[in-house]
Parts: sequence; C-alpha cells; structure tokens
Amino acid sequence: MLNIGKEKNGNELKLALEGRLDTTTAPQLEAEVKEGLDGIESLVFDFENLEYISSAGLRVLLFAQKTMNKQGSMVVKNCSEEIREIFEVTGFSDILTIE
Amino acid sequence: MKKNYELELDALVENLTQVTAFVNNHLEAIDCPMKAQMQIELAVEEIFVNIANYAYAPEKGRATVRVEVMDDPVTVTITFIDRGVPYDPLAKEDPDVTLSAQERKIGGLGIFMTKKAMDDVSYEYKDGQNILTLIKNL
Repeated sequence: MLNIGKEKNGNELKLALEGRLDTTTAPQLEAEVKEGLDGIESLVFDFENLEYISSAGLRVLLFAQKTMNKQGSMVVKNCSEEIREIFEVTGFSDILTIE
Repeated sequence: MKKNYELELDALVENLTQVTAFVNNHLEAIDCPMKAQMQIELAVEEIFVNIANYAYAPEKGRATVRVEVMDDPVTVTITFIDRGVPYDPLAKEDPDVTLSAQERKIGGLGIFMTKKAMDDVSYEYKDGQNILTLIKNL
C-alpha cells in the first residue's frame, strides 16, 4: 500500500510518500515520476511516512535522480534510520541528496 | 527447539503481499527487532519476485516458502523452493555501488541487498528444484 501526496508550486514538486515502496507499489511512483517531471526544477521527496523501500523503489529513485540531474535538483527528506541504512549499503547515499 | 511453517502458492508477483504477511506473522511471534524484520522482508521480496518473474516464465508455477525458527541462539531460516528452470541468482556479479547516478544501471541491486541483509544466502539445484535459503541470526 502506497499513498503519494503531491504538492506542486510552479516549477517545484513535492512528493510525500506514505506506506511501502516495493515491487507491487513502485510502478505507481514510476508513473508519477515519468509523467510529472516536465518543467520541474526542484523535486522533493518526503519520506517521513515511508515505512519500507526495496530495490524496486530504489530503481524509481535512481530514474528520478537521473532525470533531475538534467533539469534541476532532487532532495530526499525525513528518512527513517532503516531506510537511511539501505541507502548506505547500496551506495545511494552518495547518489542522492539526503536531508 | 525448532519451529517449522510452510506456505505453498502460485509464484506470482501479486502474491508477494501474502508471502510477506506469512513471514512477518512468524517474525512478530518471536518479537523480531524491527530492523531485522525489514532486512528479512527485503530479502524475501527480492527472492520471491525473482521466482515469480523468471522461474516459470512464460508459464506459471508454484513456489514453496518455508520459515524455520530456532531458539538459542535465535535464528530464522527461510527457504524458497520452485520447480522452474535452474537458476542461481547468487552467480551474478555484485553491482558497483560506487558509481554515480549517471553510470548506474537500473537493476542488479536486489540480490546484492539480500546478501548484505542476511547472515547467509545459499543456493542449490536438487531433484529438479531450485532451493534458495536465507539465514538471519537475531
């Protein structure tokens, strides 16, 4: 189960994720990211209510980061300790900007 | 003492939630720490999704998930069994996790994360079955 809260303000987009980002829910976020980043220069992910992320979720984050590298910036905020550790192990902590 | 639980179901991605719930129920029963539970969930997801996507494609088949809990010291062993094409997911080379976003390939991370999250991961092909075993010491 994944809920995606969207807040768009000009060329800024904030996506607040709630629940689980896994194989079954990652396509939801992928669709959002594929359709929603046109003209966006600042993308913020709020992970305060994200409980779980698997490699399927990481794939979508990597896609978003690659897209934003070309057109602006991307920040991931409020990760739990468990999710931070997954970013560490996979080297994503060097790729993503985590606040 | 050893406890043993088994679930047999269609190897379909849609059944991931059922597999996760089955494993989590047994982890919660032994008050598994949250961090370890998430690590086990990660590994279970990667392995089951792999089986669902590749073991029988384009046909369909069954998978068995077995959870064994040992106490003293507390160890959880999760075994996945399928009768699909022989495939050793551990044979794949680990991805380079030092590459930049641009250089990174999408994929290959799941098995790597599984190896990191578990204390032991092993594979064997026996009697027409792929048998993948995950061990986590709690």
